[in-house]
Amino acid sequence: MSGIEMHQQDELAEVEDYFSRLEDGTIALRLYGDWSAGCIPVSPRKVEEQLTAAQASRLVFDTTQLRSWDSGLLTFLLKIKSLCARLEVAFYEDNLPPGARRLLAMAADRPGRSQEVGRKPPALLERVADRAISAGRMVMDMLAFLGEATVAFGRLLRGRARFRGVDLWEIMRECGASALPIVSLISLLVGMIFAFVGAVQLSMFGAEIYVASLVGISIVRVMGAIMTGIIMAGRTGASFAARIGTMQVNEEIDALSTLGISPMEFLVLPRIIALTLMMPLLCLYADLMGILGGLLVGVTMLDLNVMEYLEMTKNTVRLKDFWVGLFHSGVFGVLVALSGCLRGVQCGRSASAVGDAATSAVVTSIVNIIVATAVITVICNILGI
Amino acid sequence: MTDSGRNASAAIEVNNLTMAYGDQVIQRDLTFTVQRGDIFIIMGVSGCGKSTLLRHLIGLQRPAAGTVRFGGTDFWDLPSDDRQHFMRHFGVLYQSGALWSSMTLAENIALPLEEYTRLPRAEIAELVSFKLALVGLAGFEDYYPREISGGMKKRAGLARAMALDPDILFFDEPSAGLDPISSRQLDELILELRDSLGTTLVVVTHELASIFTIGSNSVFLDAETRTMIATGDPKKLRDESDDPRVRRFLSRGENGYTETEGGMTR
Repeated sequence: MSGIEMHQQDELAEVEDYFSRLEDGTIALRLYGDWSAGCIPVSPRKVEEQLTAAQASRLVFDTTQLRSWDSGLLTFLLKIKSLCARLEVAFYEDNLPPGARRLLAMAADRPGRSQEVGRKPPALLERVADRAISAGRMVMDMLAFLGEATVAFGRLLRGRARFRGVDLWEIMRECGASALPIVSLISLLVGMIFAFVGAVQLSMFGAEIYVASLVGISIVRVMGAIMTGIIMAGRTGASFAARIGTMQVNEEIDALSTLGISPMEFLVLPRIIALTLMMPLLCLYADLMGILGGLLVGVTMLDLNVMEYLEMTKNTVRLKDFWVGLFHSGVFGVLVALSGCLRGVQCGRSASAVGDAATSAVVTSIVNIIVATAVITVICNILGI
Repeated sequence: MTDSGRNASAAIEVNNLTMAYGDQVIQRDLTFTVQRGDIFIIMGVSGCGKSTLLRHLIGLQRPAAGTVRFGGTDFWDLPSDDRQHFMRHFGVLYQSGALWSSMTLAENIALPLEEYTRLPRAEIAELVSFKLALVGLAGFEDYYPREISGGMKKRAGLARAMALDPDILFFDEPSAGLDPISSRQLDELILELRDSLGTTLVVVTHELASIFTIGSNSVFLDAETRTMIATGDPKKLRDESDDPRVRRFLSRGENGYTETEGGMTR
């Protein structure tokens, strides 16, 4: 290129230093020193100003003193190139380092996905419709899953379901015995909290002893079951979803299907059975710990006699309260296991999908638990239980 | 096989197959035949739908249109129970092995045998050890998949795929992630299986060395036009195909024609 020698001014204004106007509407951009990402000294906007101010028809480069460059220079040049195209200025890259020229050519050569296929953000109405359709599909998926689970259960009753006994034992141990410490802690504390809150009110009437019946009835009838349900939703429901989801990612589920083994029977059924069996047992244990928590508060804070407290509990808590509590927990067991497995089976094929599956398993389980409690409570009320 | 009136030499016949995820068509109008004893290669650039085609062939995905026949039986015409049973004639080696992570290698390989045969436990154990020895994993019976390397997982996956001595073995990118020597040994094993057991093999790959060593027939999927553009012996395709895209692929791009990558990655 001619005109490089035209650039002689020494250390004038900064802009002058990078740009020089040559004859016949040519602008030379002088790249010197370090042009790496993060320290590009000239902004594309400045180039635009220079080009329009001079009404330039050509842009050339002077890189004789360019010391180092990296992808930062290339992205800058790409911007300048499209700028030139827009301003109808000829872009002369002949003086650029040969490496940079080749990389520019490669980047231009591979357009990837064409622009028109690119995704536009959908309009509001479209988004609403999409949501509605996907919500509908979600409900259908849930029902389909429920149906398949029922069919699998039917096969189990006819002795035709296939899963490994070892797996069932392992899952029962995992969601039963291993959950005891956390269930103990939470139920004990919930029992104590109930006793405290109740004592404040009841002691105003000198009726501290009724703390025993308050704690006993609420824990046994519903709170024990709800607390175990929520603990198991966070603990076991999430683990079911993550476990099955990871198997989905690893193609392990495909491997089962191609062997003609139904993942529903092999993976989902043992989990539902295990949790449905273990949940009432855990609930019974939680009831015991809750009453113990109430007793601790009653004896230490309210100066109640141990025998007196227990006698009161025995007199006010009816056997059918236990049955209602156990029924709750059996239902929760089915719901938590179903939600966990459903989200696992629906899981996509990536690590983030496994995370989403675990999250939504917990959310679905908890929502199900609360809704089921409401329904059962209403029914019990109507039946007078 | 439990079929009737089968074509004597065709193991798989694919007729006008269209594959789609929802509205999005991956490939259309695929028609090809895999003969018994073939080592059939499914090839094409990344993202053209090779693995999707495999999922259709092994019955994991229902075709949007067209038929897949095995020895004359239309797979998707069967009632679902029969379909499940039919699948026992397939063995599949998944890309990452897909071993069941909660079971030891021996249990992984024993599961298909326990499901489909009434063999006594001791005999199953013998078969399991034999299959593991075939793939060079003798003595690893009690290892869990997490305790062995990627290449070993793949070989163990192969042992499991062979557990029931299937009529057709499917491989999803068998040499991906293997060193050149292991991948060559795998090729030799594939040839040996065909020669000694008469197994039909369907291999998804883009490893040229493998394609030419083992392939006896092939189909080439194109990502741009979303359909197959060639079928036949890969060596012949390389030398004689009049489609520049095919020749370019089979000569590692050293043959004119500028390629633009497109298509979906699944």
